[in-house]
Amino acid sequence: MPAFLLNRLWQSLVLLVIVSIIGFTVLNLIPGGPLAQFALDPGMTQDDLDRLARQMGLDRPLPVQYLDWAGKMLVGDWGNSFRDGAPVLDVIGRHIFATFLLMGSSTALSIAIGTWIGIRGATHRYSGFDYTATIGAMIALSIPTFWFGLVGIYIFSLKLGWLPAGNMYTIGDGSVLNYLHHLILPSIVLSLVNVAIWSRYMRSATLDVINQDFVKTARAKGLTERRVLMKHVVGNALLPMITLAGMQLPGILGGALVTETVFTWPGMGRLFLDSLGYSDYPVIMGLLMFSAILVILGNLLADIVVALVDPRIRLG
Amino acid sequence: MTDKKHGITRRGAMQMLGASALLAPNLLGKPAFAQTPPEAPAGRIIVGMSQESTVFNPLMVKIEVDDSVHFSLFDALFRVTPEGEIVPNLATEVPTQDNGGISADGLNWTIKLRDDVKWHDGEPFTAEDVKFTLELILNPDFRSWRTIGHNLLSDIEVVSPTEITWKMAKPFAPYLNFLTETFIVPKHAFDGVEDPNAAPFNSAPIGTGAFKWGSRTAGDNVTVVANPGYHGDGPYVEELVFKYIPDLTVLYTQFKSGDIDLTGRQYITPDNYAEAQTLSDREIVLVPVSSVESIYLNQEKPQFKDPVVRKALYHAVDKASIIDALYYGLPLPSETFMPQASYYYNAELPEHVFDLDAANKMLDDAGWAKGGDGIREKDGVRLSFANSTTSGNHLREQTQQFLQQTFKEIGVEMTIENLPAAVIWGEFWGQSQFDSVIVGINFLIGADPDVTNRFHSDAIAAQGGRGSNNSQYSNPRVDELLIEGAETFDAERRREIYREVQAIIREDLPFLPLFQNRSVVGWKEGIEGVEFNANTRTESWHAAAWYWAQ
Repeated sequence: MPAFLLNRLWQSLVLLVIVSIIGFTVLNLIPGGPLAQFALDPGMTQDDLDRLARQMGLDRPLPVQYLDWAGKMLVGDWGNSFRDGAPVLDVIGRHIFATFLLMGSSTALSIAIGTWIGIRGATHRYSGFDYTATIGAMIALSIPTFWFGLVGIYIFSLKLGWLPAGNMYTIGDGSVLNYLHHLILPSIVLSLVNVAIWSRYMRSATLDVINQDFVKTARAKGLTERRVLMKHVVGNALLPMITLAGMQLPGILGGALVTETVFTWPGMGRLFLDSLGYSDYPVIMGLLMFSAILVILGNLLADIVVALVDPRIRLG
Repeated sequence: MTDKKHGITRRGAMQMLGASALLAPNLLGKPAFAQTPPEAPAGRIIVGMSQESTVFNPLMVKIEVDDSVHFSLFDALFRVTPEGEIVPNLATEVPTQDNGGISADGLNWTIKLRDDVKWHDGEPFTAEDVKFTLELILNPDFRSWRTIGHNLLSDIEVVSPTEITWKMAKPFAPYLNFLTETFIVPKHAFDGVEDPNAAPFNSAPIGTGAFKWGSRTAGDNVTVVANPGYHGDGPYVEELVFKYIPDLTVLYTQFKSGDIDLTGRQYITPDNYAEAQTLSDREIVLVPVSSVESIYLNQEKPQFKDPVVRKALYHAVDKASIIDALYYGLPLPSETFMPQASYYYNAELPEHVFDLDAANKMLDDAGWAKGGDGIREKDGVRLSFANSTTSGNHLREQTQQFLQQTFKEIGVEMTIENLPAAVIWGEFWGQSQFDSVIVGINFLIGADPDVTNRFHSDAIAAQGGRGSNNSQYSNPRVDELLIEGAETFDAERRREIYREVQAIIREDLPFLPLFQNRSVVGWKEGIEGVEFNANTRTESWHAAAWYWAQ
């Protein structure tokens, strides 16, 4: 196990360097840059723009800028946002709670519901329930989230007045209940798609297992159908789902761009889009590194958990 | 609102009525004086904005939405009124050559300051703060916003806590207007700070304004609270919240649902104007803004060198259809860069006529003959060019298609090459790499008519100049007038100068003027004291006067 971890760590570092070089290059290849937003300002002269480029270090050759950035990263300095001057990690920290709240609740919701639909669809294959779930999943997957979001707002906020039309909390009211009230609509909208994905995976994973010999043996032993299902079928079907869950980790913390926009949710997805719009290089690079680390961590975590759960797999 | 179908029909009817219905005069709702402000600040007003305010040091490089917060937290030496008049704010009087505040040669300035102003932390405001502010702007390591005007200063001297003097390298009349947007920051907040770019002040600003810093939720809102010790009138609300709503459709939805009280920049989209007027308990007004929409023509491209081509193109712009069909009749047609409410506006410019026959004849007469493909040519130059604008701006994209059609009818080929905002307004625009661009520009700083930065031939960045003359326009007479105008303090003489500048530019057409925009702004009934000022960049320029009717 330690050898495995060391090997993984080494691979991850190489991967991070490659990702950062590609990211940095692509980012700087885009013409325009962080000063474009000031170009239409009356009275902003080319002199001013050149001065700002020099002050921000943007006039240096690209490799120098990269090495400067990478060197600081090595000692834990992620740089400062061009927009508000705050350290990049602070900027990420300010948005991650919002995203975690939304994505956490919607992921929990969709895993619970999706798993149940998937298993039931597999055990009652070709039943009315199975067809309904399949068609429902297809519809949920093919309709864009922003449409769901806007329809949800139209019905539940504007017409019925039951739920807020977006935002994470009512300004002036920071109570837990208020947060929960605001969480309902966006997390349901987000879950729609995730339930669809999750139930499809779970259904096929269950079907893979359900007809295998050990399941027949379990039945032959005289176990109740419920026990067969819970202990032998579901247990084995969940194994590939652990890997899937690991791969969802970056998504959970990376944010949901469309949902965050429709519901004015101040999360990571919005941060990423806004930073791109303003060419806030330090923040974009920070987010890139952050999600790369999450992908690596998520996979590593999934591998370890699978190894712990499944005695047939040994790491190393 | 309860009957969606009915709403749509009414909206359709409004559109059919077209310009006549929509060009109604600027209705400012009920007269504000019917109500009086409360004794003590009460309530909260939430302003929705489609961009996030992130810069809180008012001297650092910033965008329009940051101004909303700055005008509430800070004061400048002077304020510019909606009528374009400059009135004292932290100063006690506006310096002129008559009152001796500005010397006869325009080079020595003396500013007298109020003695009753306190910073939000209780420290007194003095001339030292003004000196510190001006010096910080010129600090070569500080990421300051624009520096023109300030870079003429020298010998800034504090005479007494209420008097400051400085010298200027040359007489520069626009500087008064620049000072209305130069917010004064407290010297003591920077004591012991090594790098002003990273001062604690920048994220917890201290001002003298009607509101004090409250809190910020990044990506969501900035909250400021009433300053009871404010030296002016107001404030009348306890809390003012600038709420970031990243999508304009959602901004409007949240205005309808009541989540926000007032729509800030970029306001209500024109397509929602008719429906917005039917909302109950909401005031909806059309507010002219200083920004002028135009088609910039790069004067150095061979296609646009011949003035006849520029004039013919202008004749081939179906301006009325663009305004009525695409912009719901909201904008005001314009012939100049000058906002129409300005004292310096030249109302006698020749009016644009959409006339394809005249355009064709002009080009024929000038020797631009049609080739085999129907596109005109002369001396090896083909009348074909690209037009660019910010991709994703649907109204401009549709405008381009209109232009493409009418230009084709005069034998001119226009291709469309749009670019994302961060790309087009970079070097492509700054170094004049475009053929033509559709752009909305606010040409003025405050209410000052000086446009040296946009039209003087020394301001062409692509030719090594120091300004933003992006169409590479050059006219010796305009150069002369611009220099004279900047050095002249007499308003009447300046008016003559800038009216002539407008006339020459209308004749030369370095850009084809389309219209002066009007924003659709809405707020909840019950909010009083809202006034708009096209000489500033924000609806919240004077939130100190806002209050809820009891």
